[in-house]
Amino acid sequence: MGVGIKISDLNAWYGTNHSLQEIQLDIPANHATALIGPSGCGKSTFLRCLNRMHETNPIARVTGKVLINEVDIYAESSPVEIRRRVGMVFQRPNPFPTMSIYDNVASGLKLNGFRSRRVLDEVVERSLRQSALWDEVKDDLKKKSGASLSGGQQQRLCIARALAVDPEVMLMDEPASALDPISTAKIEDLIFELKSQYTIVIVTHNMQQAARVAENTGFFLMGKLVEFDSTHKIFTNPRDKRTEDYITGRFG
Amino acid sequence: MTQPAKIFVSESSTPPPDAKQPVKPSAVRTFLRGRGNSAIADGIFKALVFLCALSIFGIVILIAWELISRSHLTLAKFGLGFFFRSAWDPVNNDFGAFPFIYGTLVSSFLALLISVPFALGVAIFLTEMCPKWLRAPLSFLTELLAAIPSVVYGLWAIFVLIPLLRDYVNPKLMFTLGWTGFFTGPNAGYSMLAAGVVLAIMILPIISSLTREVMTSVPMVQREGVLALGATRWEMIRIGVLRNARIGIVGAIILGLGRALGETMAVTMVIGNRPEIVKSFLAPGYTMASVLANEFSEATGDMYLSALIEIGLALFLVTIVVNACARMLVWAVTRGAPARVA
Repeated sequence: MGVGIKISDLNAWYGTNHSLQEIQLDIPANHATALIGPSGCGKSTFLRCLNRMHETNPIARVTGKVLINEVDIYAESSPVEIRRRVGMVFQRPNPFPTMSIYDNVASGLKLNGFRSRRVLDEVVERSLRQSALWDEVKDDLKKKSGASLSGGQQQRLCIARALAVDPEVMLMDEPASALDPISTAKIEDLIFELKSQYTIVIVTHNMQQAARVAENTGFFLMGKLVEFDSTHKIFTNPRDKRTEDYITGRFG
Repeated sequence: MTQPAKIFVSESSTPPPDAKQPVKPSAVRTFLRGRGNSAIADGIFKALVFLCALSIFGIVILIAWELISRSHLTLAKFGLGFFFRSAWDPVNNDFGAFPFIYGTLVSSFLALLISVPFALGVAIFLTEMCPKWLRAPLSFLTELLAAIPSVVYGLWAIFVLIPLLRDYVNPKLMFTLGWTGFFTGPNAGYSMLAAGVVLAIMILPIISSLTREVMTSVPMVQREGVLALGATRWEMIRIGVLRNARIGIVGAIILGLGRALGETMAVTMVIGNRPEIVKSFLAPGYTMASVLANEFSEATGDMYLSALIEIGLALFLVTIVVNACARMLVWAVTRGAPARVA
C-alpha cells in the first residue's frame, strides 16, 4: 500500500541558485500525481528532494519538511533508509549493463543482503510481471544483459528494479521522454495499473500524459508551485492565469 | 475522468514560392558547389593511416626476426630447452633463461599484488570521496611519481627502502609468515621483495590514473540508479562504479604489468642479481631486463652474446604471452555481457 507525502516549507538550492521556493503540498496516497512545468522550473529538483537524491550533488542544499507516512525524512531518517522506501525511475533508462536481466531486478534486494534464492525468484517474476516485461524476457533472464534490451524494455526493467524492493512511493522523472509512442503507451498503462498499490509522483513534459495517468497535477514555474489541483480542474478551469497560459501553449 | 489537452495543428500561412522564377544562388551555395567531391584527398588520407597501422606489424615482425636470427647459436645448441634450463655459466658456454624468466614474473606479480589495492584505493578516493580542493594537488602528486627517473627510484631504494626492509619489515615477515616458506632468511635486503616494492611504487601512478579515468567516465545515472535502490556509498561505488569500470581497470593493471615486466634500472639496483630460483622472496634474484643491462657490455664470446639476445627474445615472448593471457581473462569475464555502459 502506498502512503501520503506532506511537504511543507520546502526550499532547495543549487549553489546560489534558489531552485525551489517555499513549496507546500499534500500528495495523496495511492494516487498518481503529475508535476508539469517548463524546463528548469524545479519540478525534477522537487522530485529529487522526495528521496533525498538532491543532496548527492555536493553544491546542493535543502531546507524544510517532507513527511512520508508521518516520518520527516530529513530529520528522522537517513538517505539510505528513505531510498529503500521510495523507489525512483529516471529520465534515461539506466539498467546496470554488467548484470543480467535477473540480477538487475534483484539488485536492490541483493545489495541489502537478501539471499533467499526462492524468494528472489518470486520477487523477480512478480516485478517483471508488474512492469509488463515478463513475457518478453522470461526465456533469457540470466542469459541477456540489461543493456541488450530496447530502450522501452530497459525503462520497464528499471521500473521492475524499483518495484522489486516493494517501495511505498514511486518517483518517476519523465520516464517516457526518451521513448517512442508505443513504449510510452506501455509505460502509461503501467502507471495506471501501479497506482492502486503505490503512491506515484511523475514529472512530465507531456501534458496529455499528465491528463491520461494522474488524478492530481501540480504546475511549477520558476521554482514555485503555482497551482495544485485535480488534473481535470487544471486542464479545464485553472485558477491561475499562468497555468492557463502554459497548458494552452501560449508559453513554455 | 480526465480529458486530453487540445492539440494545435499549425497551418501554413504563406503560399510556397513560385517555382518557375529562377533564383540566383547565394554565395555560400556557389562556394560549396565548387568544392568537388574530395575523393583524392580522402584516398591519400586513407592510404596514409593504413601505412601507419601497417608499420606497427612491420616493426613487431622485424624485432622478432632480428632477435631470432642473432640468437641462432644458442637456439641451435639448446633449442627450446634454453627457456627451461637453469644454468648460467659464461666460462663453459652453458646457458639457460629460466631463473631470469622466473625473476621477471615473480617480481612483477609481487609488484601488482602490492600496487593494485593501493592504486584502486587512490582512484576511489580521488573520484568519489576527495574534497574538491584536494583533488587537483593529490592527482598531480600521484602522476608526479611517474615522472621520477627509475635510477632515482633505485638510489632511494638502496639507501632508504632496503635498510628499512632489512631492519624492520623482513624480521617481522620472517617471524609471522616464515612458515609459508616465502619469507625465510638469510635476510640480505637485496631481494625479490625489494624489487617488488620498488616496482609497485613505480607502476602505482599508471594504474591509479587510468583507473581514475575509467571511473570518472561511468555516467552519473549509473551511480544514481544504485543510490535510488537504497545503497550506501560503498555499495554504490562497488556496484555502480567499479563493476561498470572493471574492464578498464583490468586494462590499467595490464599496462602497469607491462611496465613492471620491462623495468630495468631500479630493479637491477635492488634485486641482488643472482641467477637462482629460490622460493623465499627475501632471497636475491635476477630478471631478464637486468641481466641484459648488466652483462651485455662484457659479453665477449659469440655464444655469450647469442644467449643474451635469446633472453631478449624470451622477454619479448613473455610480454606477449602475459598480455594475451590478460586479454583472454577480460574476454572470459565479459563474455555475454557487453562492455558498454549505457
